[in-house]
Amino acid sequence: MMLDDFLVRAALGGTGVALAAAPLGCFVVWRRMAYFGDATAHAAILGVALSLVLSTSLFAGVLTVSLLMAVAVSWLSGRGYAMDTLLGVMAHSALAFGLVAVSFVAGVRIDLMGYLVGDILAVGRADLAIIWGGALLVLALLGSRWSALLTATLSPDLAHAGGIDPRREQLVLTLCLAMVVAVAIKVVGVLLIAALLIIPAAAARPFSRTPERMVLIATAIGVLSANGGLAAAYRFDTPTGPTIVCLATLLFLAASLIGRRLESIAPRPARPHE
Amino acid sequence: MPLLTLHDIGVTRRSNTILEAITLSLTAGEIVTVVGPNGSGKTTLLRVIIGALTPTHGEIRRRPGMTIGYVPQRLHIDPTLPMTVARFMALPRRRHIDALHRALEQAGAAGQIDRQMATLSGGQFQRVLLARALLGQPDLLILDEASQGLDHRATAAFYRQIDRVRRELGCSVLMVSHELHVVMQASDRVICLNGHICCQGRPETVASSPAYRDLLGGDERDAVAFYRHDHALAVASP
Repeated sequence: MMLDDFLVRAALGGTGVALAAAPLGCFVVWRRMAYFGDATAHAAILGVALSLVLSTSLFAGVLTVSLLMAVAVSWLSGRGYAMDTLLGVMAHSALAFGLVAVSFVAGVRIDLMGYLVGDILAVGRADLAIIWGGALLVLALLGSRWSALLTATLSPDLAHAGGIDPRREQLVLTLCLAMVVAVAIKVVGVLLIAALLIIPAAAARPFSRTPERMVLIATAIGVLSANGGLAAAYRFDTPTGPTIVCLATLLFLAASLIGRRLESIAPRPARPHE
Repeated sequence: MPLLTLHDIGVTRRSNTILEAITLSLTAGEIVTVVGPNGSGKTTLLRVIIGALTPTHGEIRRRPGMTIGYVPQRLHIDPTLPMTVARFMALPRRRHIDALHRALEQAGAAGQIDRQMATLSGGQFQRVLLARALLGQPDLLILDEASQGLDHRATAAFYRQIDRVRRELGCSVLMVSHELHVVMQASDRVICLNGHICCQGRPETVASSPAYRDLLGGDERDAVAFYRHDHALAVASP
C-alpha cells in the first residue's frame, strides 16, 4: 500500500502542516506576532518533557503547554508590558527549561535533535492522522471565522462597531497557533516552526492584492517548500526540516527580487488632486 | 422616540474617573459635535456608544434595529496586509459591487474601488472609511476625529461631504473633532465635554458661553488666527 512508503508519509505530513501553517502564518505576519509564534513553538519542548514524564501522548503534552504559553503571552500583552523583551525572555527560557527538564527524565533515551529540528522521515500512520486532523481543524476554524478574523486584524474598533469581539478572534488565532505547533513538531521541530509560518506568507506578499490571494499563494509556496525540501534532502542526504526551511527561504528571496522588479516597471499610482 | 439615549453614564478606569453623569439623547437627522480638550473623554464616549466599552455606571438605550456606521479616528493598515478598497469595504459583511460603487460615490470617492488602501492619500482614505460606514444605510453615523491629518481645504471639503450625506440619507451624525471652527459651523448642536458635559446647545450659544471659553477659548482664537494667516498667504501667491 502507498502509505507503507516512508517518503510518501513524509510528503503527506509536510503537506498537511504547510496547508495549516501558511494561512495562519499570514495572520502572524499581519498582526506582527512573529515573536509570539516563536515563544509558543519553543515552549513545545517543555511539552515534550511533560509527556515523557507523564507518559501521555506527545501531541497532548505539546498542545497543552503551547496553549498555556500562547494564552499567557496574549494575556500579558494586554497588560502593558514591553512585549519584545517579555517575549524574548519567555521564548528562550521556555526552550532552556524544556531542555533541562528533558535531561531529568531518567532512563529515557530520546533523540533531542528530532524534537529540535524535526524528523519527518519517521512520520507514522498515527502521526499522519494527527497532523491532518489538526490541520483540517485549523483550516475549518480560520475559514468559518474568516471575515471576523480579518476585521479584528484590521482594527479592534471597526470590529466592535461590526459586532465582533476582537479578543475572541485573538483567542481563536492563539488556539490555532498552539494546534499548528503541536502538529508541526514532528515535521520541522520547535526551532523551525515559526519559519514555516512566516516565510511562505512573506514570500507571497509582493504578488498579492487581497488577503485571500496572499493566503492562496502562501499555501502554494508552503506546500512546494515542504515537498521540494523533502526531495532535496533525500537527494543530497541533508536534514529534512532545515532543508524545507532553506528552500522556503530561497523562494522568499526570489519572490522579493521579482516583486521589486514588478514594482519598478509598474506605473506609479495616480493621485488626483482632491 | 430618540435614536439613542444615554442616562447617567460613568466610566472609571483604575480609580480614574474618565466620564461621569453623561446624560444625552440623539434625535433622528441631527448633527451633533462633541468638543473638549485632550483627555476629556471624547473618544471614550464614542466607544461607549458603539459598544466597544461597557460603562461602569448608567444605561444606554438604542432604538431597536438602529444601525451605526463608524468612521474611526485613524486607521493604520499594516503594509504586510494587501487590501483593495473593494475588499476593505466588504468587511466584515460581503456586499454587492453596486452597493460599493454607490457608497463610494456618496462619500465622494468614486473610481477608487480597485486601488490599494496603502496608496490612497489622507483625504481619499478618510472618504473610503466614510463610504464603508455608509454601506449599511446607518441611522447614526459616528466620526472620531475623522479629519485629523487633513489640510484645511480637505477638512472643509470633508465636512461639506458629511452634510450632503446627512441630507441624502437622513441619518444622524455624531462627531468628535479638534477642528472647532469648521466643525461647529456644520453642527446643529455642540456638546462641550470635560469628563462631564460642561454645556451644550446651538453652536453660537456654546461658542459664547463662559464654560466653553474657559475650556477651549484659547484654541479657538489660535485656530482663527492660523486660518487668516493661511488665507493671506494663498492670496499673496498666485
